Amino acid sequence: VTKSVVVTGLGIVAPNGLGVDRYWTATQSGRNSIRRVSRFDPSSYPVQLAGEITDFVPAAHLPSRLLPQTDRMTQLALVATDWAFADSGVEPGLVPTFDMGVVTASASGGFEFGQHQLENLWSRGPQEVSAYQSFAWFYAVNTGQISIRNGMRGPGGVLVTEQAGGLDALAQARRLVRRGTPLVVTGGVDSPLCPWAWVAQLTSRRMSPCDDPTAAYLPFDVNASGFVPGEGGAILIVERAEDARRRGAPQVYGEIAGYGATFDPGPGVRAEPGLRRAVEIALADAEITAMDVDAVFADGAGVGELDRIEAEAIATVFGPHRIPVTVPKTMTGRLYSGGAALDLATALLALRHGVVPPTINVTDQQPNYHIDLVIGRAREIPLHCVVVLARGHGGFNAAVVLRAAPHGPGNGRSVRT
Amino acid sequence: MTPDDLIAIIRASAGEPEGGALDGENMDVAFDDLGYDSIQLLEIAAHIERKIDIALSDNIVAETRTIRELLLVIDAAVAGRPAR
Repeated sequence: VTKSVVVTGLGIVAPNGLGVDRYWTATQSGRNSIRRVSRFDPSSYPVQLAGEITDFVPAAHLPSRLLPQTDRMTQLALVATDWAFADSGVEPGLVPTFDMGVVTASASGGFEFGQHQLENLWSRGPQEVSAYQSFAWFYAVNTGQISIRNGMRGPGGVLVTEQAGGLDALAQARRLVRRGTPLVVTGGVDSPLCPWAWVAQLTSRRMSPCDDPTAAYLPFDVNASGFVPGEGGAILIVERAEDARRRGAPQVYGEIAGYGATFDPGPGVRAEPGLRRAVEIALADAEITAMDVDAVFADGAGVGELDRIEAEAIATVFGPHRIPVTVPKTMTGRLYSGGAALDLATALLALRHGVVPPTINVTDQQPNYHIDLVIGRAREIPLHCVVVLARGHGGFNAAVVLRAAPHGPGNGRSVRT
Repeated sequence: MTPDDLIAIIRASAGEPEGGALDGENMDVAFDDLGYDSIQLLEIAAHIERKIDIALSDNIVAETRTIRELLLVIDAAVAGRPAR
């Protein structure tokens, strides 16, 4: 009996591209989508840049019934889910309702919706607060709305581990599939681009005050000054390799081969941060060694101390300068619960096409970081196995090992037994 | 309140029904069959209360099953009578 669990569908909503094809074209060519915030006037705030999705029209994709009751992050997540299903060739209406589950990542919930309701409360009174506020802000709302829209009554859940959430949700999806749920929708989509969300994020003191879109978010660079936030993410369809083969799935993007998660030591505790151990746990789970890995998709905090910790973990586990390391989120900003989910989708597309997308804007890599950062231009190399890293504020570390389907794109055959 | 006024409120607060548009044909179709759930009915009721400055019972979700029944409840409230 195979325990292999694979990804068979992707739905991408990113600042530099809606849909898999447009996103991948933009990402391979290193298209920057970071710019001055346009959704509200950022001039009175110390941070003014973001990766915004500017071409998403909810009413073009969703029934009007859903629009008044959903935050933008949920609208994006629902559309990404529709696209992921279409990509996977699964028609959810034809699958038994208890055979499908949903696990998404969340970071802060539907901030923009909540802000509008606070405005109503403050300026017009409690009777003006929408009944939909009861769920539209909530961490689990994307999971709930995805499950309702697609008639999915299998296990549902939400992982709240800030920017590590996309990897933790994927791992939970794999667990559910192994325990017997045939298909699980996973991933994460966030949209924290309103003043209330902005001031909440500012408290982390990790956002870049730089107002130059080409110089604000520079992970592993000597001039790293923090990160730029963004909106969007990705949704993935996860199922057993065996089931994908049996139903003749249009493609298998790759196998979820390994996963590891750790917590950092508490404040004031002098001990090594947990990232290296998360990578090693993931490699052991995949039953491979570091030498089997062809590329790393880094967390790329853009904060000096955190970059150093990550560079050290990568160089220690994989060897100094041995394999390419990249941070494609330099094009979109950090997407909170959508960030690691989008990195997973990017890594799966990289496996499929044999291309490591670039880290953009970084020009002066910190010389004591012994990693081979893919700067400026994409690199074409054969990829069989990649590692995705993610960290969440508060001490969350996670690593996922993704392995290519052995017979290449379009195969419907067994991935691994 | 006219049926058209009520339909405009429903449309604004809860959107169009599942698989169609709101019109005179939907007056006797159960909210459930139109795809409106209990929270959507609460939102619709709140919009009505604000629009014409009346108070509707919290039981409105349990008591009304169709747009026509909702209209009757509104008319009763406007007339100052207890609803049904």
